Amino acid sequence: MRSFVPQYRMETPRNLADALARMAREPGVWRPFAGGTDLMVLLEAGKLPHRQFLSIWKLPELRGIAVTPEFVTLGALTTYSEVRWHEVLRREFPLLCRAAAETGSIATQNRGTLGGNIANASPAADSPPALLVYDAELELVSARDERWVAFHGFWKGYKKLEMRDDELIRRIRLPRNKNGWTQFYRKVGSRHAQAISKVCLAGTALQESGSIADVRIALGSVAPIVLRATETEKILRGQKLTAQIAHTAEKALAREITPIDDIRSTAHYRLRVAQNLLWEFCEVLAS
Amino acid sequence: MKDPQIGKAVPRKEGREKVTGSARYVDDLTFPGMIHGVTVRSSIARGRILGIQFGEGIPWDEFTIVTAKDIPGKNCVALLIEDQPCLADQFVNHPEEAVVLLAHADKYLLEEARRAVRIETQPLPPVFTIEDSLARKQVIWVEDNIFKAYQVEKGNVDTAWEAAEFIVEGEYETGAQEQLYIEPQGMIAQAGPGSRVTVWGSLQCPYYVHKALVRLFDLPKEQVRVVQTETGGGFGGKEEYPSMIAGHAALLAWKSGKPVKIVYDRAEDMAATTKRHPSRTRHRTGISRDGKLVAMEIDFTLDGGAYETLSPVVLSRGTIHAAGPYSCPNVRIRSRVVATNAPPHGAFRGFGAPQSVFALERHLDRVAAAVGLTPEELRRRNFIHEGETLAVSQVVREKVQMDKLLDRALELSGYHEKRKRFATENARGPIKLGIGFASFLHGAGFTGSGEEYLASEALVTATREGKVHVLAGSTEMGQGTNTIFAQIAADALGLDCQQIEILQPDTALVPNSGPTVASRTTMIVGKLVESAALSIRKTLQDAGLLKAEYGSKEFQDACCRYIEKFGALQSLVKYQHPQDLHWDDGTYQGDAYGAYAWAVYVAEVSVDTRTAEARVEDFVAVQEVGKVIHPVLAAGQIEGGVAQGIGFALYENIVWQEGRMANGQMTNYIMPTSMDVPNIRVYFEEIPYARGPAGAKGIGELPLDGTAPAIANAIAHATGADVRAVPMTPEKLMELLESVHA
Amino acid sequence: MPEALRRIRVQCVINGKGVSLEAYPMARLLDVLREEAGLTGTKEGCGEGECGACSIEMDGVLVNSCLVPVLQAEGAVIRTIEGMAGAGQLSAVQQAFLAHGGAQCGICTPGMILAAVNLLSRNAQPTESEIREGLSGNLCRCTGYTKIFESVMEACRLLEVGK
Repeated sequence: MRSFVPQYRMETPRNLADALARMAREPGVWRPFAGGTDLMVLLEAGKLPHRQFLSIWKLPELRGIAVTPEFVTLGALTTYSEVRWHEVLRREFPLLCRAAAETGSIATQNRGTLGGNIANASPAADSPPALLVYDAELELVSARDERWVAFHGFWKGYKKLEMRDDELIRRIRLPRNKNGWTQFYRKVGSRHAQAISKVCLAGTALQESGSIADVRIALGSVAPIVLRATETEKILRGQKLTAQIAHTAEKALAREITPIDDIRSTAHYRLRVAQNLLWEFCEVLAS
Repeated sequence: MKDPQIGKAVPRKEGREKVTGSARYVDDLTFPGMIHGVTVRSSIARGRILGIQFGEGIPWDEFTIVTAKDIPGKNCVALLIEDQPCLADQFVNHPEEAVVLLAHADKYLLEEARRAVRIETQPLPPVFTIEDSLARKQVIWVEDNIFKAYQVEKGNVDTAWEAAEFIVEGEYETGAQEQLYIEPQGMIAQAGPGSRVTVWGSLQCPYYVHKALVRLFDLPKEQVRVVQTETGGGFGGKEEYPSMIAGHAALLAWKSGKPVKIVYDRAEDMAATTKRHPSRTRHRTGISRDGKLVAMEIDFTLDGGAYETLSPVVLSRGTIHAAGPYSCPNVRIRSRVVATNAPPHGAFRGFGAPQSVFALERHLDRVAAAVGLTPEELRRRNFIHEGETLAVSQVVREKVQMDKLLDRALELSGYHEKRKRFATENARGPIKLGIGFASFLHGAGFTGSGEEYLASEALVTATREGKVHVLAGSTEMGQGTNTIFAQIAADALGLDCQQIEILQPDTALVPNSGPTVASRTTMIVGKLVESAALSIRKTLQDAGLLKAEYGSKEFQDACCRYIEKFGALQSLVKYQHPQDLHWDDGTYQGDAYGAYAWAVYVAEVSVDTRTAEARVEDFVAVQEVGKVIHPVLAAGQIEGGVAQGIGFALYENIVWQEGRMANGQMTNYIMPTSMDVPNIRVYFEEIPYARGPAGAKGIGELPLDGTAPAIANAIAHATGADVRAVPMTPEKLMELLESVHA
Repeated sequence: MPEALRRIRVQCVINGKGVSLEAYPMARLLDVLREEAGLTGTKEGCGEGECGACSIEMDGVLVNSCLVPVLQAEGAVIRTIEGMAGAGQLSAVQQAFLAHGGAQCGICTPGMILAAVNLLSRNAQPTESEIREGLSGNLCRCTGYTKIFESVMEACRLLEVGK
C-alpha cells in the first residue's frame, strides 16, 4: 500500500439527498466513491490525489434496472454482473452484456458499476462503446437540479466530463429503439480474460432494402476518449454496402482515430486492428 | 510391508494446510515488537551517488535508517563472486539498486518516508542492449562488458562446410520473463545486536542466504540461521534475490534491535527482482544432401544486467543445451553473457536452456524447409542415439528413444492429419490453424562438476516411536519436495508416507543439501534421502532388530529397542560423484549431466489474422523422465511449466524504459489466465535411471524448454510468418503478417 | 508528520461470527482481515484486483478484498477460507483440491477455492468452459490450471453424491 491511508477520509451519506447536500455545500471537496475497482487501484499505487470521498455504494436510489416501453433505465450503481444477467438487456442490448462479461474478472464485475465506469472516463473502458452505439443518456442530479444529457459528448477530453462538481450520475437509460438493428461488439485485449482493451469496436446498423439506413460505430482505446466514429458513420449511412464503401470507411476511420504507442500496444497495431474490426462489422452487415 | 508409495498419487504432505488457509507464509507471521522495513532505490540506471537527502515533514528520529556504512562485514551479496553490493555506496549500476533502508512500526508512515528520501546522483551514460554492450559503447564491466564466455568445440566446423549441400543461417531472440510467483518476496529478520542473525522467509536456497549473511555481517557460520517459511512459488525467482532482502531485513534488525519484516509489494517485486535473461542466438547450419547435420555453428549471447550474480551458470546451461538432442560431428558454440544497466537477470526455470532451445528448434524448422524435408523427418535423421556424442562430446550411455517420443507425440496430437487438413481449411477465412513441435532434452542436476563441488548431504533420523524424519536443505515451494521425499523414504523403509515427516528447512537443523534448483531435488537429493533411509533399515536389520519382512509396528519396536541400546538412530548421506562421470571445465567437454530428460512437445494454434492474436488450442507434452515418483505432481509440474512456456511464447512482454520495467503491474504484464491455456495433455515414458531414486530423473525445468519453440513453429505453420522471436505478441506478429503479404 | 484521521469501528459478520474491527476508513478490507481479524488465509498477490489471491465472499458475491475499503464492509456478511471447513471436515471443494493436485504452492489456493465455491453456488454443474470462465479472475502460476479444473469437476461429483 503506497498511499498514506490515514489521510484519506471516507464517509457514508445517509441517503442520496444527504450526499447531494454535502456535494453542494462543498463542491469538489467530496467525491463519490462507488465499487472502488478503479479508485482502490490508484490508492494502492499511491496515485490517488483526491483524499475525501463519499461512499455511495449502498444508496438504494442509485440501484435497480427499470424497464418501460420506451427505455431500459439502469441505476448508476448497476454492477457489470447485474448487467450481464439481466434478461431484457441480454435480449435487446447484447453488446452491453457482452462488454460487461468481458470487463475484468467476476470479482470485478460484482463491484464495478456502470456509473463508476462512466465517471472514471477511461478511454479503454469496455462498456462505453456499447453505450454510445445504443444512444445512451445519463441523468445527472445535484441538490438544485436534475437533467438528462446524451452520453455522446459527455466526455469532452481525456478524463474531462461535461458535469459539475456538485453533480452525480443517477441513472443511465437506453432507448428501446434498436429492434431490427444488426449489432456487433469486439474487444481485442491482451488475453482472453481480465484484459484491458487494446482496441474495442461496437457497431449497430439498421439495413433497409439492401442499404444501410442508419449506423452507429464507437471505439475504445484509440483516442483520448471512447469515440463515436461519426465521420465513418457518414460514409456508410444511406449506402449500399460494397467492398469499395467499406474501404472508404476504413480510410475515414483512420482519419478520425488517434491511436498511440503505450505500454499495452502500438499505434500501428491499434490502427490496423480498428480498421480490421470495422471490416469485420461490415462483413457481418453484408452477410 | 507397506505397498509401494512411489508411483501412487499420495496426498500432498502440506496440502491440508494449503487448502484450509492455515499454511503460514512469511507475510502471515508476526513477531512481538516487529517493525517493517522498506527499500529506497536509485532513480537512474547508472551514475555516481552524490548525497542522500531526507525530506521535511517526517519524524526521522523515529526511524531506523541504514546505509552502506552500517554494514558490519563486506558490502556484498555473496554468490559466485562478491560484485553486487547489498546497498549501493558511491555508484549505482541499475535503476532499482538499493541505497537506503528504512524501518518503522507504522507501514503507512514508512511509505510516506520512502517518498521523502531523495538520492542525489550524477548520471553516467548507460548501456541497455546486447548490441551496445558488445560494441562497448560504454564499458561498464571490467574491460569488455563480458561477465563470462564459453567455447565448445566438437570435430572441426571450419572444414565441415565443404561437405554441406545446404547452409542455413538465422538469428533468434527471446525476451526477459518475470517469474511471477503469486507470493511476492519477503523476509523477517531478528538480530541479537552484534552477535547473531536469524531470518525467516520465502526462499529456495537456505544455504545461499546463509552464505550471504555470513559475509555481510562477518559472523561465524553458526551465528547465522536461515529458516524457510511456506513459499508461494519460486521458479528460480527465489534462488538468489532472497539473499538481498534477507541482508536488508537483517541490517535493519541489527541496527534497530527489533524484528524487521520486509515484504515487497507486486510493483517492487516486478521492478527490482531478477528475470529470465534476454537472449540473442545466431545459427549457421550445414546439411548434407541426405538431410544429415554436418556442421553447427552457434553464437549465443545473454543480457546479464548490472551484476554477475548467477549469469555464468545460466550461460553454461544455455550453451550446453544449444545443440539439442542431435548428433552432429562438427559443432562450435561460442557464448557470452554481457553487462547492461538493468537489474541483474537471474535464475528462471530452464536457466538459459529455454533461450537456446527456442533458437535451435525454430531454426531447425527453417532448415527443414530449406532442405525440402518435413520438420519431423529432419529431426528423425539427426536424433541422438545411445553411444553417440552430444555437442560437449558426452557419450550418451542412457537408453534414449527420441524417435519413439516423436511418434507418440505426433500421433497423440493428430499431427499428420491436422497438417493436411489445416492446409485446405486455411485457404478460406481469417482464422489460420497451425501445428508445430519441438524436440529437446534437459540435463538434471548441476552442470559438470557442480554436484561434486556442492557435495550435498541429507539426513534421515528415526524416533523411538518409529517416526521417520527427513532433514534436508531442499525446499518445498509448490513443486512437491515434501511429498516426493516422503514417498522415497517410505519405500526405502517399507512404511506409509504418513510415518515420514519432512522437517522445515532451517540451517540450524538441516544439512546443506544444495540449492533447490536445476531439476536436482528428486534426482540428486532424493537419492541421498533414499540412501539414508535404506541405511537406517540396514542398521536395524544388522542389529538383528528387524526381519526381512515387517510391518509398521515391528519397525517402531525395532527403532525403540535400537535407541535404548545404542542411542540416536540416524543416517547422514553425502553425495558421491559417480566415478565414470568426467567433466573438464577448461575445454567444456565431458559428461555435462548425469542424466537427461527427453521430450517432444506439440502445439496447435489458431491465429486470427484480423488481430494477429495467436491462441494455443491444444498441447501435447510427451517426455521420458525416468521413473515417475508421483503421477499427479509430475503432471502438475509439466502442465504448470507449459503454461509458463505459453506465457513466454505469446504474452509475457516486458516493456523496458531506461533499464526499468515500465509495465510492472499484473494488469500490464500479461500472464495466462485459465482462459488462455488449453487442456495440456501430458504423457510420460518411463525408463528407470540407474542412479536416480527408484529410477527417477529431474523434471521441473524441462517443460519451459520446448513449449515456446513448438508454439512458434505452429504459428509459422499457420501463417507462413517467419517467427524469430518470443514473446510473439500480436503487435509483432501483425508486422510479420504484413511482411508475408507485402 | 502527515496528519492522520481517527480510526473508525466497523461491525460485520465474518465466517458466521459478529466482529467489530478498528481501522482507517479507506484501509483495504484485505489488510483489516489479515491484521485486525487475524485471518491470514486471505492472501495478497498484486494489490490491484488482478490476481484474485485475496478473493472472499461478501454478501454472497465474490470480491477482491484488496479493492474494498473497510468502511464499505459495515454490516456485511463475509466468508473467508477460514470459514470453509466445518469442524475439522474439509468441504467438498477442499477435498477435491487436495486429492487432484489443485494446490501446488498454495498461495492462490484460498482465493481459488473461494472462487470455485462461489461458482458452484451459482451453477452446480458447470461445463468446462464455465469453470474456466468462473476461475479466470484467479491467477495460478504453478498448475497451468488443468489440475484445478479437474479438482472443480471432482468437487461437483462429490457434491452431487452428497445430496
